[in-house]
Amino acid sequence: MYDVMMAETISITGHGGDQIEAYLARPLGPGRYGGVVVIHHMPGYDEGTKEITRKFAAHGYLALCPNLHYREAPGASPDDAAAASRAQGGVPDDRLVGDVAGAVAFLRAMPASNGKAGTIGYCSGGRQSFLAACSLPLDAAVDCYGAFVVGSPPEGMPLKVGPIVHLAKDLSCPLLGLFGDDDSYPSPDQVAELDKALTEAGKPHEFHSYEGAGHAFFNVNRPSYRPEAAMDGWQKIWDFYGRYLAG
Amino acid sequence: MCTYLTEKLAVEGSGKGAAGWFGLTEATVYFDHPQHARAEHTLNIDFLNPGQGASARVAVELTAGSARALAAAIESALSSVPPGLV
Repeated sequence: MYDVMMAETISITGHGGDQIEAYLARPLGPGRYGGVVVIHHMPGYDEGTKEITRKFAAHGYLALCPNLHYREAPGASPDDAAAASRAQGGVPDDRLVGDVAGAVAFLRAMPASNGKAGTIGYCSGGRQSFLAACSLPLDAAVDCYGAFVVGSPPEGMPLKVGPIVHLAKDLSCPLLGLFGDDDSYPSPDQVAELDKALTEAGKPHEFHSYEGAGHAFFNVNRPSYRPEAAMDGWQKIWDFYGRYLAG
Repeated sequence: MCTYLTEKLAVEGSGKGAAGWFGLTEATVYFDHPQHARAEHTLNIDFLNPGQGASARVAVELTAGSARALAAAIESALSSVPPGLV
């Protein structure tokens, strides 16, 4: 099997026509591949997220991770950029949608694209993956324990994050949700509320919540890592994307 | 969980970052995932000067117990200052 792949930092056109940094990983074999926009977590455009991006390429997807904090801190280390973004209220929703739209357009325009594109996001990126899938025409979306799709952060906080469950009716593609039973943001009740909203809107979705796992169970670099949940979650992702993005 | 909790305040003073000393203008305080500390959640403080770029930053990530002890020590130190200095 020819399995050569390539990964590199590139520039893409994001929201408002801004040029932003992004990390692209892609198989170099012949054929056409589906595209995945990897939405990084709140701690930033870091090594762990780039590793995830390469993992998608290794599994046969064109994978692109835009640096959502690039504007606040071009060239800064991911943790400094994340701190700067946090101090300025986080990533605005409209800018997120514009940046993902730019990433999707880039992927679909690649010669090796099969024309399909989806999103996946972790933590804050899970909410943003849902937001993108309700705002853009996509083929598949994955929400990994995204907080505040349902519910609001406490009053008085500077972060500009609000509930977006009301957008469920606009979901453009099938949604895979992966959650931990021990998580508080999103709590099992909030996951159930999103599940109900999607069912009532007639939107195809499949949710899995893992016993013994909390927030960030995919994150191999944190004590929150839960190997059994993560391994099963990855299988769910390959199966889901295999149905909706591959080929 | 990602708490998203963030307190933000204006500060006056200086901090020493990777490129040396710089003037501080603001700080954020939040209890959330750390970048480096080996705990699921820590009390994180960023001392910042956005005017000098995102790298003008002094960061600490403390366990909740350490953060409370630090807060008490700061209060204790300030309350011990002879009259007229503060």
